[in-house]
Amino acid sequence: MSRQSLAAREHWRRPSLIARPWLRWGLTLGALVYLLLALSSVDVNWQRVAEGASRGLNFLAAFAQPDFISRRGDIIDGIIESLTMTVTSTVIGVALAIPVGLGAARNIAPWPVYYMCRGIITMSRTFQEIIIAILFVVMFGFGPLAGMITLAFATVGFMAKLLAEDIEDLDWRQVEAVRATGAGWWQVMNHAIQPQVMPRLIGLSVYRLDINFRESAVIGIVGAGGIGATLNTSINRYEYDTSAAILLIIIAIVLLCEYSSSHIRRWTQ
Amino acid sequence: MPVSTTAQGTPVWRLRTTRAQWLGYLGWLIGITLFLLCWKVISDNTMWVFVEDAGRQGSNLISRMLPPQWDYAHRLWKPMWDTLNIATLGTLLGIAMAFPVAFLAARNTTPHPLVRSAALFVIVSSRSINSLIWAMLLVTILGPGVLAGIIAIALRSIGFIGKLLYEAIEEIHPTPVEAISATGAGRMQVMSYGVLPQILPAFAGISVYRWDINIRESTVLGLVGAGGIGLQLNAAINTLAWSQVSVIFVMIFATVLVSEWISARVRHTII
Repeated sequence: MSRQSLAAREHWRRPSLIARPWLRWGLTLGALVYLLLALSSVDVNWQRVAEGASRGLNFLAAFAQPDFISRRGDIIDGIIESLTMTVTSTVIGVALAIPVGLGAARNIAPWPVYYMCRGIITMSRTFQEIIIAILFVVMFGFGPLAGMITLAFATVGFMAKLLAEDIEDLDWRQVEAVRATGAGWWQVMNHAIQPQVMPRLIGLSVYRLDINFRESAVIGIVGAGGIGATLNTSINRYEYDTSAAILLIIIAIVLLCEYSSSHIRRWTQ
Repeated sequence: MPVSTTAQGTPVWRLRTTRAQWLGYLGWLIGITLFLLCWKVISDNTMWVFVEDAGRQGSNLISRMLPPQWDYAHRLWKPMWDTLNIATLGTLLGIAMAFPVAFLAARNTTPHPLVRSAALFVIVSSRSINSLIWAMLLVTILGPGVLAGIIAIALRSIGFIGKLLYEAIEEIHPTPVEAISATGAGRMQVMSYGVLPQILPAFAGISVYRWDINIRESTVLGLVGAGGIGLQLNAAINTLAWSQVSVIFVMIFATVLVSEWISARVRHTII
């Protein structure tokens, strides 16, 4: 019976998300089977959870009384290191991402360059920063330099991919217009492509700055410098008041970054 | 329009005024100084002796990683299944928590401005803290295992899904909502028949996208003890078994590529 006639008899029901019944029921059944299998393979040690519950409460209580004082030196050093890593890695990463991004845009790059640049982007995007950090720590030794190189490498993949997508759907008529005046490759880049992608590039760089700061708080766990090492130590020692202080500082800085980046993005557009 | 005059008195068009030009130079000066200062801090904290033999270390590492010890792969299926579960169940749990938060955070559906700022704070704190940090905390609280990983992924996903979803809710068309409320529908009915159908495609897209990111993140949660293939990775690195590490890398690479492909396909069909 059609939905209209059902509606006339006040039996209207909203249409289903997936129209074909067999697909709908098949997907539901598949999801249920998966859920059962997945949940049954999660083994939980409830005794351990019960033991940890009091620690969980301690952690929540620590947020009410964060301890900024007793590890002040470590926290300040870690934050400064994180911030410097953030700034340098973003600058270097964006500078390297521009040529890779140009090479990964299908409409301006020849095939071999395109595949090479796409390969770089895929490599950099697939692996988590922390895995890359492990490798770079082995190569460059402990300290912020390994962290900086890690973040710069991750920035290249992120920025180059978005930049390439931006270049791929830019307004081609402007490029043709500049080319028609007899401009060379550099002049086309500078006068036709750069003005079109610049606002987005600035916005993305500021966004990446924010991401890099958040990541810099993590890669310290494997020895790549930054606040992560201090945080890791404080959690392992169950000094939750210090961890709460560090987390609050991170949240505050991220908030600050977000406010300023939304201002900068409004200003560039 | 900035125009300067030459010595002969003819006006010349320029891109910027003198003031804007100097402000630009000043901006570059400040930026470069900041960069150099930051570089100095990093360079002071670096042991350059270790950096000098980085090339040798790198080639040494690669030579130890190759050839991968392929027969190790059959021991990775269970950890891989755990990793997939952490990502999927974590995303589901995250969605369940992010959904109400997003409705409380959207300007047009929130019951009260104070509730809105509380919801926004939840979203920001969840977004600022990486899932690895959540995992470190939860491992000390819940003990090592898959459960800590699932909850860590869920807590990190709240912020991401919540933020994108509340932005989608704020952008809905108000007319269907008005039409539904004109029929005398209650608050929940307006949500269910006026708001929900409009955000459903965006919601599905966001969830699948986050699932894809979560697959990537769940591969490393084991480094801090939260289950999944990261546990094996950590063990292999600690025992310097680099030929096993390379097998794990290949597995992670393949999984991430497949999940990215699935996510792109699903988003393509929905939107």
